[in-house]
Amino acid sequence: MSDMTARHLPDRLQSPAARLLQSWELLLLGLAIAIFIANSLASPYFLNAWNLSDATFNFTEKAMIAFAMALLIIAGEIDLSVAAIIALVSTAMGAAAAAGAGTPLLVLIGLGTGLACGAFNGLLVTRLGLPSIVVTIGTMSLFRGVSFIILGDGAYRSYPPEFAYFGQGYVGWVISFEFVLFGLCALAYYVLLHRTNFGRSVFAIGNNATAAQFSGIRVGRVKFMLFLLTGLMSGVAAICLTSRLGSTRPSIASGWELEVVTMVVLGGVSILGGSGSIPGVVIAAFVMGLVTFGLGLLNVPGIVMSIFIGLMLISVIAVPRLWRMWRG
Amino acid sequence: MKRLLTSRETMLSGAILLLLALTASRFPGFIAPANLVAVFTDTSPLLILALGQTVVILTRCIDLSVAANLALSGMVCAMLNAAMPGIPVALILALAVLLGAVMGAINGALVWKLAIPPIVVTLGTMTIYRGIIFLISDGAWVNAHEMSAAFTGLPRARILGLPVLAWFGIASALLIWLMVTRTPLGRAFYAVGGNPHAAVYTGIDVGRTQFWAFTISGALAGLAGYLWVARYSVAYVDIAGGFELEVVAACVIGGISIAGGAGTILGTILGALFLGIIKNALPVVDVSPFWQMAISGAAIIIAVTLNTRSARAKGRIILRRAQAAQTEGAPA
Repeated sequence: MSDMTARHLPDRLQSPAARLLQSWELLLLGLAIAIFIANSLASPYFLNAWNLSDATFNFTEKAMIAFAMALLIIAGEIDLSVAAIIALVSTAMGAAAAAGAGTPLLVLIGLGTGLACGAFNGLLVTRLGLPSIVVTIGTMSLFRGVSFIILGDGAYRSYPPEFAYFGQGYVGWVISFEFVLFGLCALAYYVLLHRTNFGRSVFAIGNNATAAQFSGIRVGRVKFMLFLLTGLMSGVAAICLTSRLGSTRPSIASGWELEVVTMVVLGGVSILGGSGSIPGVVIAAFVMGLVTFGLGLLNVPGIVMSIFIGLMLISVIAVPRLWRMWRG
Repeated sequence: MKRLLTSRETMLSGAILLLLALTASRFPGFIAPANLVAVFTDTSPLLILALGQTVVILTRCIDLSVAANLALSGMVCAMLNAAMPGIPVALILALAVLLGAVMGAINGALVWKLAIPPIVVTLGTMTIYRGIIFLISDGAWVNAHEMSAAFTGLPRARILGLPVLAWFGIASALLIWLMVTRTPLGRAFYAVGGNPHAAVYTGIDVGRTQFWAFTISGALAGLAGYLWVARYSVAYVDIAGGFELEVVAACVIGGISIAGGAGTILGTILGALFLGIIKNALPVVDVSPFWQMAISGAAIIIAVTLNTRSARAKGRIILRRAQAAQTEGAPA
């Protein structure tokens, strides 16, 4: 009975894409391994435990945001203000540190500011029914703009010494605190998305928000929670990044929203909502980190790397579609 | 009824007049005709890009690559002029428009043929176009002394008291207004954005219409690219960085619905002027230019809130509008 209904009622928008998605993580894993091998052949400095450990900093902070963003995109919304939230959180912590706040208070302020930004986005989207893309383009200017008003062309640098642990500390040998945090977040988001009712409702909303509403899911509340989570993770990333850099400028993390969205889409999350997985995003994070680190070892400038990222973003969607057009 | 129809435009005009009055109360010289011309000229690049963006947004898409397109077209023009100063400016101008149109067409083709969501396509091409500027220029600047006098002189040349840059703004606005309101393609933009399924049934190819919208947006970005580089007499990788957001802001403030199919060219013009006046007024009233980013962000949020509020009575307005067109014989 349930098999029959499952066959007759499509619970995915595109069944060919869904089939392809089942092997997407595998394909991505192959790509990651290929890049790893290519990197170790291209540069003699690549296969070194400390270098590889350094390489993880290229993606851990962005990936933490990408987990929350993945849920948001699966639910059919998007948050382009994440990098601006980092700027605002970092500015708030910088101001508090300049006023003499200790590390625990700084962390609280960071998480609180992130949550507040997420709540602001969430309220505008769920309470006023505004499209999330415009709201977050607006808050992107607003949050970073506030940071510019406070800092102008100045910077905060006076962070307490213990605060450096989040971005520069090591748990043991070459395993950084950030990398451990990245692993824990990956696990938490895996459980949340794939093993809880909340996760099921995220998929349901992304596939058909009206049907989800009628099946008793509080669509507005779930979406609001997702914006909160994205704000919170941006706060966590801001703490790590600020701690790693040891300074705050209003231009901090500029352009990260693009890289986070690329990571999510590369990880096999449908930008139209309704499908995706956390393992995919985790592997995508490694792929992007390895590509940028490998190109960096080969002295490729950052802006040229961004061409690769842009091409990757378009081709991960274009190539499967071209492939299907070719065969069909 | 007429008030309802024009509320967005009248409200914005009111806001603009209020802004001018407030600024004038602090600094009367701001509303001197010569200064207003300068403000309009300064706003023209934003206006030109916003007109293209309007067409794209009308079809339910978004083009985040316009600023990168502008920068790449501008860089190509500047490098060409530096390498071969003999090439007439008119030819360079045509090349800029063509190059911009090609970049727009690439966006459009990806949206049309591969059905990739516009935001993904243009986020991607935004970084790719920017990266290409670095590749062709090697990160170097093209400075004023490398450009010919004719190249840098055109936007500043005055015809009937207005700089050519301003005339380009006016001409683009007129052209896009005519196209949107007086041609089948213009009606198709509204139809595709208003209801894609209904558009298909009336024989409109949704993908092709969106393709043309992106191409137009690209061509205008190319035009703005030459004007920008020639006006400031400098070209480098990061020119107009982040300008795409200001462009989207101008459209949203002008009442162009991000859901597609609703909005007027007059709204876009007023939206661009609103942002342009704020930008020029801030230094005059002694507010740090660092405030501008936050103000345009707040303006976007307020505008989109108002848009959504007014959109709730949409069905009724359309009926009244048709009725009004019949009884008064006025063009809809």
